[in-house]
Amino acid sequence: MKHHKIVLAVSLLGLASAAYADDSTLSRNMASACASCHGTNGNSVGGMDPLAGMPKEEMIRKFKDFRSGAKPATVMHQLAKGYTDQQVEMIANFFAAQK
Amino acid sequence: MKLNRRDFLKMTGAAAAAGALYGCAGGARASGHVVVIGGGYGGATAAKYIRMWSNGGIDVTLVERNPAFVSCPISNLVLAGEKTLADITTGYDGLKKHGVRVVQGEAVAVDPAKRTVKLASGQELSYDRLVVSPGIDFMFDSVPGLTPELSETRILHAWKAGPQTVALRKQLEDMKDGGVYALAIPKSPYRCPPGPYERACMVAHYFKAKKPKSKVLILDANEDVQSKKGLFMKAWGEHYKGIVEYRPNHVISGLDANTKTLKFEFADAVRADVLNVVPGQTSGGIAKAAGLITANNRWCGVDWRTMESLAQKNIHVLGDSTLSAPAMPKSGHMTTQHAKIAAGAIVALMAGEAAPDPMVIANTCYSFVTGNSVVHVASVHSYDAKDKTFKAVPGSGGLSPAANELEAKIALSWAKNIWADALM
Repeated sequence: MKHHKIVLAVSLLGLASAAYADDSTLSRNMASACASCHGTNGNSVGGMDPLAGMPKEEMIRKFKDFRSGAKPATVMHQLAKGYTDQQVEMIANFFAAQK
Repeated sequence: MKLNRRDFLKMTGAAAAAGALYGCAGGARASGHVVVIGGGYGGATAAKYIRMWSNGGIDVTLVERNPAFVSCPISNLVLAGEKTLADITTGYDGLKKHGVRVVQGEAVAVDPAKRTVKLASGQELSYDRLVVSPGIDFMFDSVPGLTPELSETRILHAWKAGPQTVALRKQLEDMKDGGVYALAIPKSPYRCPPGPYERACMVAHYFKAKKPKSKVLILDANEDVQSKKGLFMKAWGEHYKGIVEYRPNHVISGLDANTKTLKFEFADAVRADVLNVVPGQTSGGIAKAAGLITANNRWCGVDWRTMESLAQKNIHVLGDSTLSAPAMPKSGHMTTQHAKIAAGAIVALMAGEAAPDPMVIANTCYSFVTGNSVVHVASVHSYDAKDKTFKAVPGSGGLSPAANELEAKIALSWAKNIWADALM
């Protein structure tokens, strides 16, 4: 019984966190911060990587590699460290859905 | 995170039924009229994003006194002769394509109770919500002897890009080789913390090539370089030895415009051939007129979740006029981030929804130290619910390890993209 309670709590936590990452308005707003450099909705007008349409897993991996230093960068390694995994997931969700 | 009905629907798998698809994110049914005062980085971005995120449901009127947007970032390259004013100018046609009504004029009064804005032309605009993004005004009395007229004609500030940028460039071109260019920096906080030091580099870059016997004197009212200190000091030592001289603690006590002499509280007077005095700064005048000032008689306090004024309901303040959060620079980039917080909140509120949870915002600022090398400072800021302000995220952000050519290319791409994001 006790065990069941823990499982339920963990599942609910997972759901709550998934719900946060699925909040489309917050995802859109979070991603808009990136648009100042990467173009509106991730459509770069040149010289910066376009983010629109980038597969979710690719963006999540890039953030991890920026943070670890595996992917060299001028500024993204410093910016990537300002976001939680959950926030990165929200941003990745938004850009993956852009054309 | 608190659960509300929407979260519950999502958790039970009814997200699609609740309309939470990307195509119809929050605020899709928003309507009403927003007036935006100021078409700089903040106002332009807010106007565009309110149109975009409300799917055209909210009418937006932008009031701007100038016929086109001229960028302060990159304007020091115009002083160096590396760029022209046309290179840093963007028209408002792109915003019109988003359905923004652009009115060229000057807002002179706001009536928060009646929700109206009065223009110098006499025209009156009604709003449901107002965005005030006026940038900075100068406190001319912070420099005894300086007048608005002198500051417009001879003792230039060139701290708002435009005709002043061109006029200061002309003064530098007309100066004889062996002359002295002096740049007086006001006490912080002022618009663009690294801007003066970049300007010193860019003028020195020009002198080094064309007038090598000339000098750049930096007369800083602050006790030290306010941003990217190590990187600027290195540039002055490496590239501009014998040209740039930095003098801290230079609080101006008097100006003689005829002899172009500055006097200081605790330092020797300085006579220059070109005198570039950046006066102390305060919120744009309309912020004062609208009763939005809450701090030090200078700055506008805001609710950082919505950018709504702490003094007046239904009025959102952006950018340099705000009382900055800790470690938050008064920069064009930061102002666009303010604009997106405000746009998200306004669109939700005008759809009858609650303001969204706070987003994370970032700042990236590039400074040219030579014609082809650049240094940056970057930061990430997240909302602290307990202290009700944005704070820099520990461990994030930082500086360039050294000036480099790659970031000179990136700086220009940054400009191109942020101008497009704000105005096109």
